[in-house]
Amino acid sequence: MIPAAFDYHRPTKVEDVIALLEEHGDDARVMAGGHSLIPMMKLRMADIPHLIDLQDVGGLGGISIESGRIKLGAMVTQHEIINHDGLASAAPILREAALQIADPQVRYMGTIGGNVANGDPGNDMPGLMQCIDAQIELIGPGGTRSVAARDYYEAAYMTDREDDEVLISISFAAPSGGHAYEKQKRKIGDYATAAAAVQLVKDDGKVASVSIAMTNLSDVPVWSEAAGAALVGTTCDSAAIKAAVSAMLADIDPSEDNRGPVAFKRHLAGIILSRAVTRAWDRA
Amino acid sequence: MTEKMQVKLNVNGEDREFLAEPRELLIYALREHLNITGPHVGCDTSHCGACTVTLNGKSVKSCTMFVAQANGAEVTTIEGLGNPATLHVLQENFREHHGLQCGFCTPGMITRASKLLEENPDPTEEEVRFGMAGNICRCTGYQNIVKSILAAANEMNSAKEAAE
Repeated sequence: MIPAAFDYHRPTKVEDVIALLEEHGDDARVMAGGHSLIPMMKLRMADIPHLIDLQDVGGLGGISIESGRIKLGAMVTQHEIINHDGLASAAPILREAALQIADPQVRYMGTIGGNVANGDPGNDMPGLMQCIDAQIELIGPGGTRSVAARDYYEAAYMTDREDDEVLISISFAAPSGGHAYEKQKRKIGDYATAAAAVQLVKDDGKVASVSIAMTNLSDVPVWSEAAGAALVGTTCDSAAIKAAVSAMLADIDPSEDNRGPVAFKRHLAGIILSRAVTRAWDRA
Repeated sequence: MTEKMQVKLNVNGEDREFLAEPRELLIYALREHLNITGPHVGCDTSHCGACTVTLNGKSVKSCTMFVAQANGAEVTTIEGLGNPATLHVLQENFREHHGLQCGFCTPGMITRASKLLEENPDPTEEEVRFGMAGNICRCTGYQNIVKSILAAANEMNSAKEAAE
């Protein structure tokens, strides 16, 4: 499959990326690892007259962990996330999720920035970023601004990012307590049929706080505040988990596709969340 | 149609230059401009891994990379790992343990496996299966591929020990 022709740009400075975006407007798109965009271009579902490759742009890489705050440059790959020991101990949920994304070759190229910025409901990192309450940093002609991951997603492939803005980094406080990223997929490399990110703090034998987000069960990731609230103060017994599942089911809105009908997805979402909560509780 | 660009690649240790449109995919550039036909076009949709090459130290699916992106890179294909006269240890072990039937996936399998063993020289069976998950084989059922890679790892480790 051969995509439509395009002009290729490989700038080295973020200001030059912004200038290209301002000049070409809708006709330009930035590309990180390309593993979402290139397949769409090959299918000719995306027509990009000006392709801006970010691989040589300075300042978009690197993982930093300082006084409990973690920052990931947009170009950090899933492979780097998996192999970074400091990150694996400070925020193990990222490694657990990244290991369930795509396959080894794709993980060498696929980036956290692309995964978060794209707005594909099937991507795993957006829900995870909502779970850990990450901040997304964008740069545009007017400078930088920060948006909460929980406010970033508007609809499938529609986000708070403007056409002339670029996602440059993601940051969050090192999560505490037990974690779990539970994902059901049809085969290796597939997007989730249902996935749940859970980060849970236990205190004195009870749930002190918990954050829950679901993936690919709506046209945006779903952070379910109500599901978390159903667990707080409980001993995470089966009645409490059942209540959390009911609350979560009221927040999701899956649609039928080749991964199954709505009833199946709702059933599966409940099982996946139960497993994730149980695992996070056991680790807390 | 956009203009062609001058592309420079170091392929299997040799500097190569050619003209190509930016939209050409690396797999087609290797096969059609450079006549390096070891990496195969299998699914053409980033799933099967038959087009796997090593690019700047990463295993990549060359059907999902524009030649413009690869410009300036170092690429290793199956041709750079061994040749009929002197097979790579992985190639020898694929032959010895019947790690292939039709052979279509084999260049990608071996190229990926070489990177896997570089990063993890003594993998468990589970680690081999997980590390090879981006390569699909329709013949073998994978048992003999895993066996071949584990045997190659053993042989490479024994050789390293003997050398020390």
